[in-house]
Amino acid sequence: MNVVSKLGVLAPGQKAKILKIGPGAGLNRRVVEMGLTPGAVIEVERVAPLGDPMDIKVKGYHLSLRRRETQHIEVELL
Amino acid sequence: MKRQIVVALAGNPNSGKTTIFNQLTGARQHVGNYPGVTVERKEGLRRHGDTEIRIVDLPGTYSLTAYSEEELIARNFIIEEKPDVVVHVIDASNLERNLYLTVQLMELGVPLVMALNMSDVAKSKGYRFDLKKLSHRFGAEIVETVGHKGRGIRELLDAISSTAEAKRSPGKEKGKPAAGSLSARGSIRGAPSRSGGVRYGEEVEKQIAVVQSLIERDDGIRGSYDARWLAVKLLENDGYLLERIGSMQIRNQVSRGADLIEKATGQSAETVIAAARYELIFTICQETVHSQGQPRPSLSDRIDAVVTSRALGIPLFLVLMYLVFQLTFTLGDPPMGWIEEAFARLGESVSSWWPEGSESPLKSLLVDGIIGGVGGVIVFLPNILLLFLAIAILEDSGYMARAAFIMDRLMSKIGLHGKSFIPMLIGFGCSVPAIMATRTLENRRDRLATMLVVPLMSCGARLPIYALIIPAFFPRAWHAPMLWVIYTTGILLAVLSARLLRSTLLRGASVPFVMELPPYRMPTLRGVLIHMWERGWVYLKKAGTIILGISILLWAATSFPSLPEEESARFEMSRSQIQQAELTEEMRAEMLASIDNEEAEAKLRHSFAGRFGRALEPVLQLMGFDWKIGTALVGAFAAKEVFVAQMGIVYSVGEADEESESLREKLRSSYTPLVGFCIMLFCLISAPCMATIAITRRESNSWRWALFQLGGLSVMAFVITATVFQIGRLMGIGGV
Repeated sequence: MNVVSKLGVLAPGQKAKILKIGPGAGLNRRVVEMGLTPGAVIEVERVAPLGDPMDIKVKGYHLSLRRRETQHIEVELL
Repeated sequence: MKRQIVVALAGNPNSGKTTIFNQLTGARQHVGNYPGVTVERKEGLRRHGDTEIRIVDLPGTYSLTAYSEEELIARNFIIEEKPDVVVHVIDASNLERNLYLTVQLMELGVPLVMALNMSDVAKSKGYRFDLKKLSHRFGAEIVETVGHKGRGIRELLDAISSTAEAKRSPGKEKGKPAAGSLSARGSIRGAPSRSGGVRYGEEVEKQIAVVQSLIERDDGIRGSYDARWLAVKLLENDGYLLERIGSMQIRNQVSRGADLIEKATGQSAETVIAAARYELIFTICQETVHSQGQPRPSLSDRIDAVVTSRALGIPLFLVLMYLVFQLTFTLGDPPMGWIEEAFARLGESVSSWWPEGSESPLKSLLVDGIIGGVGGVIVFLPNILLLFLAIAILEDSGYMARAAFIMDRLMSKIGLHGKSFIPMLIGFGCSVPAIMATRTLENRRDRLATMLVVPLMSCGARLPIYALIIPAFFPRAWHAPMLWVIYTTGILLAVLSARLLRSTLLRGASVPFVMELPPYRMPTLRGVLIHMWERGWVYLKKAGTIILGISILLWAATSFPSLPEEESARFEMSRSQIQQAELTEEMRAEMLASIDNEEAEAKLRHSFAGRFGRALEPVLQLMGFDWKIGTALVGAFAAKEVFVAQMGIVYSVGEADEESESLREKLRSSYTPLVGFCIMLFCLISAPCMATIAITRRESNSWRWALFQLGGLSVMAFVITATVFQIGRLMGIGGV
């Protein structure tokens, strides 16, 4: 049984698979369009010097996300 | 036989689209604005064989939803203006995410050509593409390009021609041509929609079918869009299209359908639909992309490990910002001096066409109005070109996104974006290039909010005002703290105004902040130079004309109406009396100068500006100002530093600069230190100079925002200054 958590709490270097995006439909459209779809594997690369946002790697490229936006993203640690 | 075709260039930001556009069009570019929005529209021409190709550079987008202004513009251009071919510029080294847009273009059914750009980078990363299969899956011709080396451009032009040709005679190549969008006249062009290319899964397909059949039966909407495409978009909760659906039946069905999808899949309909597109892309990539070798940390990742690290991220950022500021203003200073000098000389030599001492309105118009006005426009060019040199390097290298990444926490507290930092910083030098720098912000609300508050960052032109006033009223030990108070007040007000704007007029829907951190790249000289040239030209053409117009108006306001005959005659008489009197040369010169100064004062007092200042006196008194200050403030609208010269005129001390002790003496005897402070406060906050208004007009593409900025800042300046003055007076601070 793998650990399920929110994307925002992951530490740099941790890898995870996205389980679920949502709720709050419209809010997450852009997140999904940028490739954070259920099933996608992501890796947290680093956190900005001031503690937010975070730099994650998805589909081979780097994406910056604010912690607030990662609250709705449920992941399974790999 | 010459024919023209229209080609739209689509692509993600950072895909090298601009480089391809520059390669295709060279210097034959035209920059304009899409009507009513802040988004720029770039076009260029290219001849290929007997075809003239008009290339429209669409805004860089990741998707074609109604998420942002840019996406809507790109989509509406494709649907409404029906380009003959859409070229999708794809970053081949980042294929999966880039293909998301390709899938949507395919769903729209446009005649598509794919430019696999940066194919050299992709190869060095170990990717091999099966182009034939990829081309087949997307129903589009594919060309490999390396934008910055100009490789593949000729082949791209060939592919554009042949795709346009195939569209013209659809019989030849079945299934290729456009269909997604129907023309406004309702005639379907080309074959059936290709949006069948994506299968969305059982539940979604069921709901698409229901909505689609309703659309096909609805007279109002049928024929404007492809029915299946529209059905998908509506289920994706596309705000722009939903607004255009009149039928309640369709709207209800859409929301019912979306609910059912959510119930069946446990995810929102948008998520399910987007995920299905990515699944299709994943499948296609499995078939067509072969990756060799283990991915190792790229150079870009290794740079990031330093540049955005906890220890070095902020210091490096500050150093770079310091360099940008120095480059813009320190390096820009000498050429600005040359330009000022050149225009002053030009003014002098034009003056010499008239006999010495003669007063001709035409001479005044030419020298003070036109030559002064043109000089006032061109003098900003060095700053603008140098700033955009720096910005182009920061953007093209990929550092700009890192700067936003590092500063985002701080800036988001103010309600702004990480990228707002650079315009705010540049604002300490000059608002004009600073407002132009807001162009780097993608979100319209962030851009407008930043633009509107930038003038509160105390610009360099206000420094002479402080330099005149602070020593006039305050002991030496207070000089530095006073200056600090003024600058800090500006920053605080900017922060508060930004927060206020973002929570009222420019309140955004809670749009997530997601930003790509593109790989670091070497900027190309050509790209940087084109960027600089473009900004300089846009400034001269669009803002320059407004600035010139206003400066001529201001010249008229301070020169007319001229003194009545008898008054001029009186000054003339005093002059000739002095000429004839028995005096030493020294005394004579001194007395003549003082008459000149008195005449200048009388002229200004008599002019529109002087009358305006006097008419405003009752209001100005609330801030402790008299008509003299009011008149000088009118002049300061031309450029802040003019305030000092105008004060010199109204106090008849002749040509004064910020070091003028005689002017300081006059100020000290006329005003209290409290009034002195209020002058600085008002100049800090109030109406930015006309060049700022002109550039805001140009960059926001609306007079409304420019006038709002002018009005808002003036009202704020009045309220704050009047409050400070009244409280100070009641408490007896700073002398009464």
